[in-house]
Amino acid sequence: MSYFAFLTEHGPTLLLGTVTTIKVLVCSAILYVIISMIFGLMRLSKNPAIQGIATVYIEFFRGTSLLVQLFWVYYVLPFFGLSLEAFVAGVVALGMNFGAYGAEIVRAGILAVPKGQWEAAHALNFSPTKRIKRIIIPQIFPIILPPAANLTVELLKATALVALVTVVDLTFEAKQINSITWLSAQCFGTALLIYYIMARFALVPFLRWLEVVAARKVGR
Amino acid sequence: MEMGFRWDFAYEILPQMLWATLNTIIAAGVGYAIALVVGLFFLLGQRTPSKIVNVINRELVEFIRSTPLLIQLFFVYFVLPQFGIKLSAWLCGMITIGLHFGTYLSEVYRGALEGVSKTQWEACRALNFSTVYTYRRIVLPQAFPIAIPGMGNYLVGIFKDTPLLSTIGVAELFHAATAVGGYNYRYLEPYTMVGIIFLTLSIPAAMWVRNLEKRVNVAQGKVKQ
Repeated sequence: MSYFAFLTEHGPTLLLGTVTTIKVLVCSAILYVIISMIFGLMRLSKNPAIQGIATVYIEFFRGTSLLVQLFWVYYVLPFFGLSLEAFVAGVVALGMNFGAYGAEIVRAGILAVPKGQWEAAHALNFSPTKRIKRIIIPQIFPIILPPAANLTVELLKATALVALVTVVDLTFEAKQINSITWLSAQCFGTALLIYYIMARFALVPFLRWLEVVAARKVGR
Repeated sequence: MEMGFRWDFAYEILPQMLWATLNTIIAAGVGYAIALVVGLFFLLGQRTPSKIVNVINRELVEFIRSTPLLIQLFFVYFVLPQFGIKLSAWLCGMITIGLHFGTYLSEVYRGALEGVSKTQWEACRALNFSTVYTYRRIVLPQAFPIAIPGMGNYLVGIFKDTPLLSTIGVAELFHAATAVGGYNYRYLEPYTMVGIIFLTLSIPAAMWVRNLEKRVNVAQGKVKQ
């Protein structure tokens, strides 16, 4: 079977899987950004209890393997009466895992904001919430976006794992087609190419654009 | 089915899990050793004067870095036999991990070499040292400490990615847990134990790397003790 014939026959299936992969990516990216912000801020709290919770969370999720967390959420949580759909389980596991890595980026970003900004906000009698929300957060984006972009490309790669908990994404479809046709080179090669195109020509340019916008917003 | 964590069952499967942990450690160690060497080859490709080699090398690294390790594993495991190369799951896994993380390590090496001040090269040139001598006695001893934290991080990273090997049938920790879980229809204890074993191994390792990083920074005079 020529490669062209392979594409006309199985291309649509792979593209359908790609749509699911994109859905997983977008949902887990939103979740991981929210978690990173919350735990990044908690990590800098002066309250030892709040800081402790954040530290335990981050160490736990960074210390264990994503695949283990994914399987735990999908196969073990039902033991505690919480059955999640495969898609939801995948998004939750990805979001929580990458949220732990993101929280460290957010923490470093906040620490990198010059001290004078804190002092000026203090001098102007801003409340602590307003200080964080209006002065500090807007300034961290140019600092955190480059490392966050790397993390997001890692996230795209990590979405492949959700296929192992039966989410019908690109990897799952590729595996499925492989087990029917045994055209391994074609189906896994195509899947690799699709991931590469998504990362190199869609996700990375988008993230670079975000970096430019963020830098412009703070007048750089 | 009994709910809650069954300690007796956990105790029963503990020896099996610990044996499998040994396999995980071996896989991580061998994969890392291969990655260290592969990283050197990618570094060489980057630094050769030939433009064509540079471009091919860069695109290859970019490709490997932006595609999932899982599919790379499948690719190597399923495609090589079609070309008559029959390798065991273990070997496929080690090669893939070595190749995947080798690209990351080549970036670590590159960063370390670029971290050595250009004046060092110029000084060696002025003293009429050969290139080999310059690398061996001047540049590498200074670059190595810069590379240590990055190299340590990827050791921990490889360790945490070894569960992926279970998908092609390498009998490491996660594979054992899935097997035990499937046999007994209980996944709570095996998967929880895998998590705990990973934590007990990777947290000290990560702390050790962080400590190393601090010591390197102090030794380089970047921060005061």
